[in-house]
Amino acid sequence: MLSVALHAALAMVVVAMALTVYRLLRGPDAADRILALDTLSINAIALLLLGGMLLSGTVLFEAALLIAMTGFVSTAALCRYLLRGDMIG
Amino acid sequence: MRRVLPQPLVSLMILALWIAIAPAPSLGQFVLGSAIAVAIPWFTHPFWPDPPRLVRPVAAVMLFLRVMWDIVVANVEVAWLVLGPSDRLHPKFIELPLEIDDPFVATLLASIITLTPGTLSVDIDRERRVLLVHALDVTDVPAAIDTIKRRYEAPLREIFGC
Amino acid sequence: MLIEIVASVLVLLGGAFTLVGSVGLVRLPDFFTRLHAPTKATTLGVGGIVAAGLVQSAAAGTMGLSELAISLFLFITAPVSAHLLTKAVLKHRDPPAG
Repeated sequence: MLSVALHAALAMVVVAMALTVYRLLRGPDAADRILALDTLSINAIALLLLGGMLLSGTVLFEAALLIAMTGFVSTAALCRYLLRGDMIG
Repeated sequence: MRRVLPQPLVSLMILALWIAIAPAPSLGQFVLGSAIAVAIPWFTHPFWPDPPRLVRPVAAVMLFLRVMWDIVVANVEVAWLVLGPSDRLHPKFIELPLEIDDPFVATLLASIITLTPGTLSVDIDRERRVLLVHALDVTDVPAAIDTIKRRYEAPLREIFGC
Repeated sequence: MLIEIVASVLVLLGGAFTLVGSVGLVRLPDFFTRLHAPTKATTLGVGGIVAAGLVQSAAAGTMGLSELAISLFLFITAPVSAHLLTKAVLKHRDPPAG
């Protein structure tokens, strides 16, 4: 039963990712795209955690942790770029 | 003590986190985690604002549980708003007068407001001591301000005694 | 059996809230209302899946606290990302009054 629930949840997360990509392509401006990218990384974390439960391995969990970290840092860097015009300094 | 461990609580959290994400707890992981838990606050504590002292730890636990509960309830309400007809939304910017002066506690309040769905902290005006909040669906502004102040700001002031 | 039901419900809830967050991202009319959507996906979406993982590993006798670290990290960073995004937007637009 858990396996059925996991597959159903995976399907929902995949649809969520498709919707997020629609917003990413559509915009209309840079801030909306950054927001969509941030959401996409959160969706990817959900996807990896579900996959990890299905396959019961730890590798996917570590990938999820890495995406959580890089996702946050890239959102922060992109926002800084909008704010200041450069990322470092 | 203060020189070796500038922030004992932060060090403890880093160690706990290291043990939690380690593949298998072992003595080696504990030693490595301890070294990291001592080293990181050394490098980062100059960037921290002076953290206020935790006066009422029990109240802090109660507030944590309340925020968790509010996140669940508000999520369901907002999911309903998102899926329903979009003309039902009443998005609005609210100016929330702050009584908290401490930057760390004000940050905690702003984070709580953002995490509970339906409200979002946008900006803080330190001179006027006003927090700009965006709400997804608000018709009665004074009531919304009163709810935030009563549910989150008052307990935070009690917890940190400020 | 009971544990499996609880874990399944939590997994489905997590998936559903992740989906609602992205539906909001597409449907809501302007940037500030759209910003509310990912906060949902972060808190209850990933939170539900993490809770299911905790229930499952607790039942298996292995206390896997590691998933909790991801949820903790997201709870700390989500408000910061949201604040940075609003700051970036307000630099280019005036905040709508009222």
